[in-house]
Amino acid sequence: MTISRRDLLMGGAGLAAGAMALPMLSTKEAIAQAVAKFQPEAGASLRLLRWSPFVKGEEDAWIANTKKFTEATGIDVRIDKESWEDIRPKAAVAANVGSGPDIVWVWFDDAQQYPDKLLDVTELATSLAGQYGGYYPASQAYATVNGRFVGLPLATIGNAVVYRDSWVKQAGFSEFPKDTKGLLELGKALKANNHPMGFTLGHGVGDGNNFCHWVLWSHGGKMVDEGGKVVINSPETVAGLKYVAELYKTFIPGTESWLDVNNNRAFIAGDLSVTANGVSVYYAAANDPKLAEMAADMKSTNFPVGPIGKKVELHQTTTACIFKYSKFPKAAQAYLAFMFQADQYNAWLTGASAYCCQTLKSFANNPVWTSKPIHAAYALASETLQPNGYAGPLGPKSAAAMADWIVVDMVAEAATGQRTPEEAAKRAQQRAERIYR
Amino acid sequence: MANVAAAEPTHKRSFWAGIGQGRHVLGIAFMVPAAVFLLFFLTYPLGLGVWLGFTDTRIGREGVFIGLENYQSLWGDSLFWLVVFNTLLYTIAASILKFGLGLWLALLLNENLPFKAFFRAVVLLPWVVPTVLSAIAFWWIFDSQYSIISWALIKMGLISAPINFLGDVTNARASVIAANVWRGIPFVAISLLAGLQTISPSLHEAATLDGATNWQRFRYITLPMLSPIIAVVMTFSVLFTFTDFQLIYVLTRGGPLNSTHLMATLSFQRAIPGGSLGEGAAIAVAMIPFLLAAILFSYFGLQRRKWQQGGAD
Repeated sequence: MTISRRDLLMGGAGLAAGAMALPMLSTKEAIAQAVAKFQPEAGASLRLLRWSPFVKGEEDAWIANTKKFTEATGIDVRIDKESWEDIRPKAAVAANVGSGPDIVWVWFDDAQQYPDKLLDVTELATSLAGQYGGYYPASQAYATVNGRFVGLPLATIGNAVVYRDSWVKQAGFSEFPKDTKGLLELGKALKANNHPMGFTLGHGVGDGNNFCHWVLWSHGGKMVDEGGKVVINSPETVAGLKYVAELYKTFIPGTESWLDVNNNRAFIAGDLSVTANGVSVYYAAANDPKLAEMAADMKSTNFPVGPIGKKVELHQTTTACIFKYSKFPKAAQAYLAFMFQADQYNAWLTGASAYCCQTLKSFANNPVWTSKPIHAAYALASETLQPNGYAGPLGPKSAAAMADWIVVDMVAEAATGQRTPEEAAKRAQQRAERIYR
Repeated sequence: MANVAAAEPTHKRSFWAGIGQGRHVLGIAFMVPAAVFLLFFLTYPLGLGVWLGFTDTRIGREGVFIGLENYQSLWGDSLFWLVVFNTLLYTIAASILKFGLGLWLALLLNENLPFKAFFRAVVLLPWVVPTVLSAIAFWWIFDSQYSIISWALIKMGLISAPINFLGDVTNARASVIAANVWRGIPFVAISLLAGLQTISPSLHEAATLDGATNWQRFRYITLPMLSPIIAVVMTFSVLFTFTDFQLIYVLTRGGPLNSTHLMATLSFQRAIPGGSLGEGAAIAVAMIPFLLAAILFSYFGLQRRKWQQGGAD
């Protein structure tokens, strides 16, 4: 158990009592307690559709937890995997035809696309929130529609700036710059030393979106206002685009063609001094004996703070949803309730070696975040998370705008000089207005 | 059948035997499976796609009929028009190259080469390899940092920095067209080779005796005799190219700056990741007129009998 005293005190009295009782129960009893609340249907069996793991330890931990659940309850859980970009069409088809897996791990605003097809899990979600210190606001936003939970916020897949410490020092920076201005200075110095930085500007679903949304948000630009009116063509956006056009000059050539894999490849090859990525790029180096030197030289940090004065990032979020058509909704909830209990969830976070960031605040003191210095930046993923389509509501429109690459195209156009910052913002405004009409 | 009936004129046919003997009932019965097959696997999906294009269906939500609204919205969408332009450029450029190079290859393979069978088999390889696999190979070939082409040219001292294959708008378009041509040539070459082999050698012999040059023999014998095959092959080739998806999706996902986005990839992007099934279907339906035009062109333009037989149009 890693619930701190503070969390216990912060929880509601009744829930705190429940949480306090937990450490004294054996695993079996804890399972029994988590499961009993939902009284799984007789003869239930479950199918989970998840994204293929990025880190093997994460999958192993999830499978081990599932095995514990099956042993305790007799409920079989079949786990199917799909490449992460294929989850969206598969889940959409299942939602449309009303058959398929009982539980699915969806990305970004998927749960907002077909909330009517998803089981309301508000009761379970709020009880977990009470037990474990509440959800991070943006994690909760992705999983709720009109105040009800249509899934459990499962994890934020953290994105962080990864850099070669020795090269940054060599460029005259004792520590990584904390603001956008400093990053530009660093970029120039690194370029002069022939160790350029590079961030994804192509249609890379993860890295491209992350970087380009940071450019927009850190300067105060936003897609829409709270009412859903498109306001992307603003002086703030233009300031961000002017900034990225300068920053781009310090990049390694070809970043506008990069998809999700390219920056990893260039970094591992030793051609890149700074990029932004999931922790996987570190493990690619750490697991290769030939790259031990590089792995030891790698450090991570969060994206620098821009004019708005706080850290904001898009990241990727994943939510565990139960389909309404499931024949065993109670068993499915019991399963998720069990997987979110501290023993299991902590084991899973540890197994994911910083790839997955907790959505419930209590888990922030999981030992994984302090086990390696490079993990620390990823621990903040859920905290710096800002929902897609900020500051408007999540839903089909925000999903459509991201799928159409409006922000990525705008940033890439301005960065590469295909359009002036003003024109790029104007064009993005036109494209977004088509969607948010 | 008639003979049997004539030999036994007094035989009284039962009802079932009548059905068995009759042309109409039995004929229809034999056709039903094929008709059902076509209806379910061709007409239904196509019809559904067309219908979806007239609705505002979203993922997870039934749509309602909205008439031409999707098309009106696409009409005012500059990205859609860019994509139409890309698709036409991609199709026309790639088809011309595939035809030219394919025909050339077919003529070469039709000569008496040593190891003829071997070469013919090798030529088919790009066509046999799964598209995604060859697309991944091209992804490496066109990599912005680790392209083998850039590497080789740098080593030879011809260029100093890697070529930005998929990052520059013009380069990216040329690169995806090159990959498509590489993949499509075998189909054209082998089909045209089959056509070349049906041309009787005696025609060439007769022409040679009459003093025809190589060019004249090609122009007045090979080409007219080959034109029905060319029409069929190029129709298919144009259709494959126009509806290409995998190559783009692996190489660029429509980037950079949507310069390689094709109608098929935009349709997918809007329908599945974007969630607007109705709009995605409308883009797919918008491809049909182009495809029909291509088919009609080849049918009426290239299959004119008179022209093939040396007559005037």
